[in-house]
This record gives sequence, C-alpha cells and structure tokens, in this order.
Amino acid sequence: MSSFRAHRRLAVVIALTLILAIVLGACGGAKKKTKVVIYTAKENEEIAEYIPVAEKALPDLDLEVLRLSTGDLTARLLAEKDNPQADVIWGVAATSMLIFEKEGMLEPYAPKGVEKILPQFKSPKDPPTWVGVDAYLTAFCVNKEVAKKNNLPTPTSWKDLLDPVYKGHIVMPNPASSGTGFMFVSSVLQGLGEEEGWNYLDKLDDNIAIYTKSGSKPCKLAAAGEYGIGISFAFVAARLIKDGAPLEMVLPAEGSGYEVEANALVKGTDVPEAAKRFLDWAISDEAMALYAKYFAVVAKPGFPVPEGMPPDTPDRLFPMDFKWSSDNREAILKQWTERFAAKTEKD
Amino acid sequence: MERSKGTSSEPYLRIIGVTKTFGNLVAVDDFSLDVMEGEFICLLGPSGCGKTTLLRIIAGLEEPNTGKIYQAGREITHLPPRERDFGIVFQSYALFPNLTAAQNIAYGLQSRKLPKEQIAKRVAELLEMVGLPDVGHKYPSQLSGGQQQRIALARALATSPGLLLLDEPLSALDARVRVSLRLEIKRLQRRVGVTTIFVTHDQEEALVMADRIVVMRAGRIEQVGTPEEIYRHPATPFVADFVGVMNFLPGYAGPTPNRVRCGSLEFQCANPHDLAPDTPVVLTIRPEDIRLGVDDLSAPNTTTTRVEEIEFLGSFYRLMLRLEALGDTTRLVAEVSSNRMRDLKIEYKSTLSIHLPPSLLHVYPAEMSGIEAGA
Amino acid sequence: MTTPAISPTIPRPVVDRRIRRQRVRQRLGRDEILRRALFVLMGVWLYLFLIYPLFRLLIRSLQNKEGAFVGLANYAAYFSSATTSASLRHSLNISILSMVITVSLAFLYAYGLTRMTLPAKRFFRIVAMLPIFVPSLVQALAFIYMFGNNGLFTRIFGLNIGLYGPVGIVMSEVFYAFPHALIILMTALALADARLYEAAESLGASGLRIFFTVTLPAIKYGLMSAAFVVFTLAITDFGAPKVVGGNYDVLATDIYNKVIGQQNFEMGATISTLLLIPAMIAFILDRLVQRRQVAQITAEVKPLAPKKYHPLVQGAVLTFCILIVIFILSIYGIVIVGAFTKYWPYDLSLTLKNFKTFYVAGAQHKSGALHVLWNSIQMATGTAIFGTAIVFISAYLIEKGRRLRWVRSVLYLLSIMPLSIPGMVLGLAYVFTFNDPSSPLNRLYGTMAILVISTIFHYYTVPFLTATTALKQLDPEFEAIGESLNVPFYRTFWRVTVPMTLPAIISIAMYFFLNAMVTLSAIVFLFVPGRELASLAVMLLDDAGESAQAMAMSLLILVTGLAARGFFYLLTRGVERRTQAWTQG
Repeated sequence: MSSFRAHRRLAVVIALTLILAIVLGACGGAKKKTKVVIYTAKENEEIAEYIPVAEKALPDLDLEVLRLSTGDLTARLLAEKDNPQADVIWGVAATSMLIFEKEGMLEPYAPKGVEKILPQFKSPKDPPTWVGVDAYLTAFCVNKEVAKKNNLPTPTSWKDLLDPVYKGHIVMPNPASSGTGFMFVSSVLQGLGEEEGWNYLDKLDDNIAIYTKSGSKPCKLAAAGEYGIGISFAFVAARLIKDGAPLEMVLPAEGSGYEVEANALVKGTDVPEAAKRFLDWAISDEAMALYAKYFAVVAKPGFPVPEGMPPDTPDRLFPMDFKWSSDNREAILKQWTERFAAKTEKD
Repeated sequence: MERSKGTSSEPYLRIIGVTKTFGNLVAVDDFSLDVMEGEFICLLGPSGCGKTTLLRIIAGLEEPNTGKIYQAGREITHLPPRERDFGIVFQSYALFPNLTAAQNIAYGLQSRKLPKEQIAKRVAELLEMVGLPDVGHKYPSQLSGGQQQRIALARALATSPGLLLLDEPLSALDARVRVSLRLEIKRLQRRVGVTTIFVTHDQEEALVMADRIVVMRAGRIEQVGTPEEIYRHPATPFVADFVGVMNFLPGYAGPTPNRVRCGSLEFQCANPHDLAPDTPVVLTIRPEDIRLGVDDLSAPNTTTTRVEEIEFLGSFYRLMLRLEALGDTTRLVAEVSSNRMRDLKIEYKSTLSIHLPPSLLHVYPAEMSGIEAGA
Repeated sequence: MTTPAISPTIPRPVVDRRIRRQRVRQRLGRDEILRRALFVLMGVWLYLFLIYPLFRLLIRSLQNKEGAFVGLANYAAYFSSATTSASLRHSLNISILSMVITVSLAFLYAYGLTRMTLPAKRFFRIVAMLPIFVPSLVQALAFIYMFGNNGLFTRIFGLNIGLYGPVGIVMSEVFYAFPHALIILMTALALADARLYEAAESLGASGLRIFFTVTLPAIKYGLMSAAFVVFTLAITDFGAPKVVGGNYDVLATDIYNKVIGQQNFEMGATISTLLLIPAMIAFILDRLVQRRQVAQITAEVKPLAPKKYHPLVQGAVLTFCILIVIFILSIYGIVIVGAFTKYWPYDLSLTLKNFKTFYVAGAQHKSGALHVLWNSIQMATGTAIFGTAIVFISAYLIEKGRRLRWVRSVLYLLSIMPLSIPGMVLGLAYVFTFNDPSSPLNRLYGTMAILVISTIFHYYTVPFLTATTALKQLDPEFEAIGESLNVPFYRTFWRVTVPMTLPAIISIAMYFFLNAMVTLSAIVFLFVPGRELASLAVMLLDDAGESAQAMAMSLLILVTGLAARGFFYLLTRGVERRTQAWTQG
C-alpha cells in the first residue's frame, strides 16, 4: 500500500509540474525584450517576409503584429481610441490615416530618412503625422479556365464589367471592410462623378456574386476557380500567377485606383522609443527594397517594378484625391451599405 | 476506553422543547427528553414521525426552530457538528468506498495527529471489538452488508465519542443478519458504556435493544418507558397497536368505571376508566392474553366464538375468532401453543369459549384511536 | 395484522407562525466560514464574468453611439425594414431547417444503431462523432472544396448546388450538429422498455402501429431535446455562416459585421440581445423537457434487444448509414488532401508548405502553424484545468451544502444559465466590460486569461450538470460522517469525493479541452496579436483566401482533438483499473 501511495504522489508531482509548465508558458515566461504592438493591413505574405528582417535589424524588440483588413483595422483603431492597444500603425491606407489624424490619434514623428520620401507619399505637416511606404492598385483577376468554360471575354475596363454576360461571375471586396474595395469604389466615384458613379455601382452589383471581407480574397477565389473574375489588387494577382494559378491580371483602361499605405506612431503608446525605432526601420532602404518586391510603386524613387507587373504600371494610375476619399469615407460607406446590403439579400 | 456508568443523577443529554418545521410541515413538535449517561434509548415510530429529524438535530445536522440541547452539562444547541461530541451510523453505512475498512476506521483518528502506531493499534482493537479482525485491508464493496455496518460502527466509536447516534442501522440488512447484529450492538454498547440513541421503526428491535423506548408519532412523544412498560401498559391505542399485536374491540363506557359494553356483551376490567357512561371507547387485549377453552360460560368476560382461520406458525398457532355477539365486522386474534391446540381439539369452524382476564384489558376513549365506536 | 390499524399519522399539529419563522442559528464553525467565503467568491465570479457583462450588453443596446439612453430606438432601427431585420429571419429559417433535417437523419441513424442488428456498429458510431472534433467552419471550408463552384463534386457531376448562402449554411449546421443529436437520440432509443413492445406485439399491433404508438411516444422527450440542441447550435453558430454564408447574413455574422466591420457596437449589442432570446427560449424548453425525461427514465425497464428487420428495411438503413459515413469521411478526406496539396485544384502535388509558411500575422515569423496550435493547446489546457476545478468545486459546494439553501439555489440557476448564452453574445459582452479603460478589469483585456475565462463560461453548464449528477450519486451522508469525526470538509472532499468522482472529473476536463480547441464565436472579439488561436486562424486564413493553409490548420485541430480524446480515454481506463478494487463486489 505504501508503494502504491508513493506512486500516486509521484504521479501528482509530475502532473503538477506539467501543468505549471504549461500555465507559465501561457503567461509568456520571462521576456526581457520590449514588446511593440503593430497594427497593420499589409498582406499576410508580405508580413511573413518583412517581420523576420525587421526582427534581425531590431533584435531587442518583440514585434507583435495584428493583421486585419483595412476596414476592420480602421474600425478597431477607432474603437480603441480612448484605450489604444497598438503602438504603431504600419501599412494602413492613407485615407484611414487622415481619419486618425482628424481624431487626434496620431503622434507626429519624422522617422530617420523621411526627407527621401516623395512628397505625395507623406502628410504635409511637419513633423509628418504619417509617412507612406508604397501604393497598391486595383487589378482584375480573370481565371482563364473559368472564362473559357463560361465563354467570358476578358474585361479590360470598368465599363466592361457591366456586361450582363458576367452576371454571377464577379467577386469584389466589401468597401466597408476592405481597403481595396474602398479604393475601387472611391476611384469609380471620382472618375465618373458621384451620380454616374453610383449608377455604375448599381449596375455592377447586378453582376456581383458575393462581396468579400478581404481585398485579396476575390483574386484568390478567382484563382481557385470558384468565380471567374475578382476585383482585387495587383500584387496578389502577380503572386498567384507565379504560384501557377490560371489567372490573367488586368489593369483597367480607365486607370487603376490606388492607395498609399502609410505608417504612424500611435498617441499614448507606452514604448515610444521602441516604436520610433520600428518606424525608422519601416522606411529604411532595406525595408523599401522588400516592399518593392511586391509593389510597383514605392515611396522612394529608384526601385525596379516587380516581376510580373507591367513596367509602365506607374503611368497607369488613376489620379486619386485622398483628401476627398477620406472626407467622404463615412458617407460613401453609409450609402454603399444602404444600397447593397439591401441588394445582397437574395431570398 | 470503557466508560463507567454515570453515578450522578444529572442527565447526560437533555433535550428541551425542540421544534422543527419544514415549511408548513411540523417534523418535531415541542420535544423534551432526558437521557442518562450510558443509557440505550430507542426512538421508535412509523416513518415520517420525526425521529430521524430529531437525531439529526442532536447531531447538529439540522437546525431546529426552537429548543435547547445540553450534552454533559454543556449547551450544544448552537454548536456546529464538528464541535459536538458524537459518532453516527447511517442506514446506508456511508462507508467511504475508496478507503479500506482500516482506513475508514482510522479516518477520524488521522485528523487528531496521533502517531501512526497508535492509530494502527486503535484500528486493530476496534476491528477486534466488532469481531472482524481480518478484514482491515478490504474495501467496503468486498464486505457483506453486516460486515460493512460493523465497520461503520467501529468508525463511529473510534474517537470514543460521548454519544452514539444510530439511524436505522439495521434496516438495509436481511432478517437473519439483523437479528444477530442487534444483539451484538447491544453487547458492544454495554461494554463501551456509551450513551446511545437508536432510531428505528421496528418495534421488535426496540424491545430487544433499548433500556428505554421513546415512541413517537407526528413529531411528538407518545410514550416513554422501558420495553416492558411500553408493551404491558401502552399509554395510547397508537402505542398499543404499534408495539406488538393488539386486539381492538369497539364499545361504550359502562355505567361504572370498571365496565365496558361491546354490542350485547359487557366486560369488566380491572383498570378503571374515568369516562362518562356511553362514551365511545376501545377495549384492547394482547392475543396471547386471551384465555381459551373456558368451562364456565357464565363467568364474567367469557363468551363463545367461532374459529374462522388457523395460521400455523411453528411453535404456536394464531387463531382468528369471530364473536357471535359482536356482529360480522369484529374479529379477535388469539395465540395458542401447539399442545393446548391439541388438548382443546380446535379446528376450523369449531366453537370455542374464551375469557378476557379483567386485569389485562385496557380501555381507551375511541377518539384517541380513530376507530369508529360501536361498529 | 388483522386488528384495525391505527393510522400512524394524525393531523399534524399546527405550530405557531412565530415559531415557524424562528431558527436556532448554529455558531459558524471554521468549515462554515470557509464555505461561505467560497460562496462569496463564486458569487463574485459569476457576477463579474456573467451577470455584469450581460447587463453591460443590454444597456449598450439601449444607447446610441454617444452613450445616451435611447430606449428601444436601436431595436426599432433593426426592425425598421425587411432588409435590416433579414438576419433574424435568416437565422430562424436556417435553424429550423437544420433542426428538422438533422433530427430526421440522426433519428434514422440512431435507430439503425440501437434497434437493428447492423454490422460494424462501433465503426458507424465513431465516424459519426468526428464532427465534434473540428470547428464548424472547417466542414464549411471542406464543403467549398467539394461543392463550391469549382468543387470536386461540382466538376465531376457537373452539378452546382449553389453552396454559398442558405444551402451551405444548412449543410454545415446539419453536419456539425449531427453527432450531438445522435448521442441524445441513441440514449433515448436505448432506454426503451422491451415489455411495452412485447405487450404491443401480443396484442397483434403491426410494426408501423407499434412505431407510432410505442416507439415515438417513448422517445418524444429525446426527440424534443435533440431538436432544441440542434436549433441552439445552428442559431448560435458563427463559423459556418461566416465561411459559406456568402451574402446571406444570419444573426451571428450580422453581429460580427456590425462590430468588426462597422464598429457599430450599439447595433451589435442590439442584435446580440435578439440572438439571446431564441437561445434562451430553446434552453428553457429543453430544461423542462429534460426534467420530464429524467422522471421517465427512473422507472425500471427491461432493455430491448436489437432486432432483425425485413431484409429490405435492413438493407435500406444499412445503405443510409454507409452513405452518411462515406460523406463524413470524404469531407475529412478532402481536408487532408487540401492540407497537403500545393495548389488546389490546379496543382495537386504533395507539399508540407501549408504547415510551414503560415500567414497569420504575429505567428508567421515564429513557428508557423504549430505556434498557433500551441497557443490553442495552452488555452485549452488552461480552460480544462481551471474550468474543471472551478466548475467541480462550485457544483460540490452547491450540491453538498447543508445550509444557505436559497443561496445555493440561486447559484445553481446562475450556473446552468451560460448554456443559453451564445458565444458571440458572451464575447461581445466581455468587450464592453473589459475593454473599458475606466474599469479595473481592463487589465484582463488582451490576455490569455480572458480567453480562458470566456471559454470556461461559454461551456460552463454541461460540465456543471455532469459534476452535479456525479455528486448526487455519492452517499449524501459522507459529509455528515466527516463532520461527526471532526474532519474538515475539504479533507473529506479531497480524500473521498474527488477520488470517487474521478471519471466524471476527467470527462469534464475533456469536454472543456475539446471545446476550447474548436471554439470560435466567443473569442472572435477577444483575441489579440500573438494570441491567435487555431480555430480563429482558420477563419482569418479563409478571410484572406488562404484555403490551403486553413485546411492545414484544420487538420492540426482535428489531429489534436483526436489525440486528446485518446489521451483522456487512456486516463479514464487507468483510473478505472485503479478503482476496480472499490467497485467490484
């Protein structure tokens, strides 16, 4: 009986040790690194590539990244306005930055090397409240196999997408949650004028199969053959083509809407020094070279256009008015939700 | 360990005016009782009479509405169970199934921080005492019901409590074990001398074991007395009926305190009643007290009956007698030894004269029994 | 006894009202003080993490953006048009449809497994249980691979079922709820009383007549209970509608879109309250039904042996069961294939890259999928340990207490309430409570602790009832014996109660662990960077269109769940072997 009891005691000790290890592990153990919480809307595959490089450059920082789509992230940052959880905003649409600025959520900071950033990529204030790093642009992803099976011609312009032949074959991101979606809607409204623009979106809605949350998803759905055409952005198309998806990338003839992705320091961060060092890194040449692998347009001159992108990409941009987009963002989203949340009900 | 019987006349346990209600139900009603040290008390009554509730109140497992309880001169009414001094045994044994018999017995000793050897010694002693020296290593499920109850008893006695509370400990056992175990408990109690309160609904158990019996009904004491008193002189028809077998004859009080009228018969009884003439009463007599085969039919309290049923019960017979004079509904039960049965040549449907000795007849007002008078 | 019996009970004496109200109060011993302290702790715990958050949520639904009281204006806004209130209609539609389909399928399956002499019953049962081990959105994801516009089934048969929308949601809910309904129905069917059937047969009733007059009435409570459970699962589920719902909004996705997409917390709170109502009704009805069912079960029954039916019937049911099994296995098969292929459906060569590169931010640079899985395992372990301890001790104090009756019944009610609270609602209520800088509880926000606590509460009720049932089976006098021997109650708890109920405790821990591994709805509002959990990662990956990685993650969840199931099985076996000595007579 005594050996039985000894065994039991041993088992209890082992179990407790294990539990303690797991619980302590869950509490994060002892970390001496400074933790910087970064909110970003950059694509997952980008983050996967950038962060290891950043951590090598900033070995004493522990970079915790929260990635959400632009709309979700914007909403979350606004909601946390009084109790900010983030230290740094990285690669979030300039349109959103303008809103944060208006709400007084940003701490002006001029990162090292900011003078080399092209003027249209940063806030006009001094020190700047936000600094852009790159721009992404609208592209249509067309699945060649699906198109062939359904006899869909390749659309080359916004106008083409209204052809009834595409009914149920087009996927686009919901502008309320996705920066890409907002960028597209915003460029349409700017290019066609508000009235004509909403008319266009009305008609386009007839052809849309679903609205997705994320901006890259329409392209990925097209790549998987779930749908024929995804309204998305350029680099995801380029990458999927490289991965072997039977996709064709189309930059619309009217010009591609684009959006600057920018960085900023969050007002009220507990770790301003560490956060600033990350922001410095985020516009360094090292970082720019990484961005340039994905983006045809970056904030510093002199980087080549990435593989798979048309070399004339910078010339095919639609001239966006970010101030207008930002000022009208809420109104546009409200209008959009009212119109198309109604139309999406299909029962 | 052995406790000498208290010499002082101060009761060991005093229960004063205890009342306990559950919502609208009154479980114990103004109950008072003194128990002397070393006494074996049986709380006897039908289920629902409040006897178990009273036991639990003594243990502190229930809080009464009113009343006071003293144990060994100290008021314990407000003490939680852990601060009282008792051992308890339940009908379900409540042995801890995951502990061996020895561990069960040692359970209360271990928390007293006694040295291991002393605990082991005491456990062995108790196992010896309950006559199970070899089962210490066994788990309860490996023991018979009777053995389990003995272990439960040993566990309750392990810490030498001043008061032993037994809540129907024998009810779950089969008849044979019950008979042997009740003698053993009684023997053990005598040896240890512990003041004991034993709750049961079995009158035979109470008669065999108790120093004093407390018959309870609907939360109240019906009668307190030695087993002989309870059996011979039941204070109420309820006690008379509940303890042993009893014949009830409905009738009316006669013109004098010693006479009772039943139908066309008139009986004399030695115990006078103080009831007004014509008050409805019941007349009681034990079956073994009825004298059979009397020659002088003209003697008082004598009449003829017809044998309606005969039950053979081994050493004796039980007869169901119909009294011609009392109409169709009343029957008397009588008991007769096998020898006497042969002598009297009693047979089915034969006629039999009987005599009800006046000294063994008791009269109660009918309202106490709930029996319709003169039926 | 042939003498007229004297009635043992006379009319009870009437005791004065004053006395009835009195009570001799025992002095508080050390045990009682400790018990009361624990009750206070329990009360605080239930208040802080259940009552107060729900209260905050309700209040929020009556406020506007600025926090001013607006009465029912938000509700009026929700119901102002058929469009804005579509989600409630949709939710009710898909839940009722899922309920009818699931209960029908599960009934037939359960009937085959309990009443018929089918081969390989064990296999049928195990396969049918698989959906318990993965989050509902995983099956939805697998359905896309199978039935999507470019799915396997769609391409092979050239038949597009129009997955995105109600079809996909109902399919996923049926698939997900199937094992839950099956367990309930199998239990109900197994409890049949053979004597009823013998009687009916001897009276010459036909098979069909027996079915309608004996079988159905006997299991009606089981059927109702299964229906409520399926309804609740379907109406509160978030994962499947999120993945295959397309533009068909249900309440759960509506809350998510309002809160995450638009940060419209007021509307989120309003819709949450609307989701709470049908869930609560289903919960209350289920409680009522179960009480009756228990009453029915306690009667003594003669078990009914499975029977051989007409070969045609036998064959049809067997075919049905086989089809279900094939369907379930093919769904998990496609998860496995999806997880290991390079580029579904264009490049089917095998790869491990979906496990290595893993695009959930915050995790990608650490150890990929395993990092997220490890987060989940930690969370699930924490939930299992703390949840089991808290729930079991609570159940013990409530069940085995002697005093404070009303306190115990209030705590009991509060403890079974969480079953009626959808995870989305709980999660959002926690956001209101803990993401408030003015609150001292704000420190919990963004920690692993809050994930663990929310998961414990999300799954509180079933373990609590399991513990209560197990404790009820112990002799109620154990505690009294301990007290009479002057042993503190916690010692008796530790030396007797815990060892005696170890199998129940293990099953509680398993329940917590498995559910924590697959939970999504409660944590979707609470996760923070670096603390992504596996099921959440599946959702984020699907959101980002990374289906292959989502499949890889799903597979890891499934494997972990099965491994955990195996672990707990061995643990139970070990405990049973150890306790053989006590249990064998």
